[in-house]
Amino acid sequence: MSISRRHVRAIFRKELREYRHNGSIVWTMAVIPLVFVLPTIINVFGVAAGSVHADLLLYMLGIPALVPAVVAAYSVVGERQQGTLEPVLTTPISREEFMLGKALAALVPSLVIAYGVYVVVVACIELFAQPGVAAELVRWPELLAQLLFTPLLAGWSIWVGIAISTRFGEVRVAQQLGALASFPSVLVTALIAYAVIPASLGLAIGGAVLLLLLNGLGWRVTSAAFQRERLISGTR
Amino acid sequence: MYHLIRWLIRTWRSRRAVTQAQTQTQNQTPGAAPTTGESAAGEAASVEPPVGLVQLAARRATTPPPALTGSGRKISGSPALSVNGLTKRFGDRVAFQDLSFEVGHGEVFGFLGPNGAGKTTTVRTLGTLFAPTAGSASVAGLPLSPGNGAEIRRRISIMPESPGLYLRLSVAENLECFADLYDAPDPRGRIDRALRAVHLADRAQDPCGALSKGLRQRVALARALLSDPTVLFLDEPTAGLDPVAARDVHELIDDLRQRGVTIFLTTHRLEEAERLCDRVAILNRTLRTVGRPEELRERMFAKSLTVRTLAPLPEPGRVFAGLPAVDGWQPDADQGYVIAVSDTRIAAPAVTRALVQAGADVLSVGESRHSLEDVYLELIDTDEEASRR
Repeated sequence: MSISRRHVRAIFRKELREYRHNGSIVWTMAVIPLVFVLPTIINVFGVAAGSVHADLLLYMLGIPALVPAVVAAYSVVGERQQGTLEPVLTTPISREEFMLGKALAALVPSLVIAYGVYVVVVACIELFAQPGVAAELVRWPELLAQLLFTPLLAGWSIWVGIAISTRFGEVRVAQQLGALASFPSVLVTALIAYAVIPASLGLAIGGAVLLLLLNGLGWRVTSAAFQRERLISGTR
Repeated sequence: MYHLIRWLIRTWRSRRAVTQAQTQTQNQTPGAAPTTGESAAGEAASVEPPVGLVQLAARRATTPPPALTGSGRKISGSPALSVNGLTKRFGDRVAFQDLSFEVGHGEVFGFLGPNGAGKTTTVRTLGTLFAPTAGSASVAGLPLSPGNGAEIRRRISIMPESPGLYLRLSVAENLECFADLYDAPDPRGRIDRALRAVHLADRAQDPCGALSKGLRQRVALARALLSDPTVLFLDEPTAGLDPVAARDVHELIDDLRQRGVTIFLTTHRLEEAERLCDRVAILNRTLRTVGRPEELRERMFAKSLTVRTLAPLPEPGRVFAGLPAVDGWQPDADQGYVIAVSDTRIAAPAVTRALVQAGADVLSVGESRHSLEDVYLELIDTDEEASRR
């Protein structure tokens, strides 16, 4: 199976243009991180060094888990409801290319938001937290974990969201389920951040390998579930 | 480090040059990459330099149509569409059944039928969006099979009934997306020509959401032209268009036909089908009839003359009896008579003479004309009566 970069780029670019023309999508994506930023800030700024959870910043990994879910859940069902899916499917684009274009369009802004918010939070901690707190929280392993797991978690949420989007015919249902499906990832990162699950190198490597596999599998499974006939005719 | 960077730049430039050369080769042969012998033969058979559909259409928009000698895309030997016993069911529900027909290259083929007859499903099936339940077909020279889906879609274009535009994007942005999806060479040029063809060049930067329904339909038509298709499926292309815009579409279809593009036109406008189509098929889940409009009229309706007189004839039986080529007669509303004839050229003068000899005040003697609408209604009414029984 060969993938046409031009086809993928066409879908990707079209999606980004739609985001640009639709301010509500951008606002929704920008507001969700507050759910993660506010508790972190409150936890960090209210305490002195030595009494803060060392892995607290991993809670910020909830952002890439949750932010793309809603957009991904809209990706296919939204086009169906607008009536724009059929013209696209009459072109030579393959379902794998279509899926990849959609996934990238959800991934890229999510990464920008997740990394951007993380940088701002770290900067705030460095500048405004109690003395010694920044040194406890901002460490290389956590930074690496943030760098590595952000795309992996976002990718997984996106594939789950797109899979839901291909199966359901109603935008609201798909978006609610997409958000719901990202909660396990959010929960796990929260449990690690608050030291309920102890963070370790083994856990990080195991988690990364698992997410890599899930991402690869997600693309294949979601593409296989994408049936032109069912999506256009509305049959189950 | 310096040498490494220079080596990387050289490698990148040489690879780019190879890619550009390949692209140029493809650009010189639009519709290339034939995967069948038929297509290859078709390309070889092309005499004049191939001119894209959008180029042609844009040319029509600005200059009178050139003397056309047939399409550079014509694939000789096989029909553009060949359908054999094609059936589509969704569970127990039959969308259409046992369709068999062929459409020649450059033909405008009308596909008529009531709502729910299976027209759109047929288009979607031939366009590889739906898998047929039974039967076989070949589309643009390729057998209809899952393996050929992408290649068939590359050779055809479908304009769905609903324009399906991205309303927040501009007209140009919509077309850019589809030019890429169709792998169109020189996308910018194609978009410009397609927009000129549908008289929307000055609206390229307008958001599609700001356009009227008719203008959106035109954008959808421009989108369908981007791929320079061999077979163009138009599903109700003039629905929602005002008469002037509809006439533009009709002229565009005429031009495309002259270039040898096969057009599969589904429509509810019977006068449109009669005016544009070389042949029509009437579908009502099964194929009710296929043929040229005048053939269907002759097949469905006996030839007849309509006679109008100022006053009713006292003894019409005596006037019309025994006249050459006259098979029978019956009174018609409004002091007229419908006379069944075998040959109007013989019967009309004879009937006129007989009326004059009988002292009738003749208002008119004319050949009865049945429209495609009469044929359509006759067939569909018969189906409805049969279903009620």
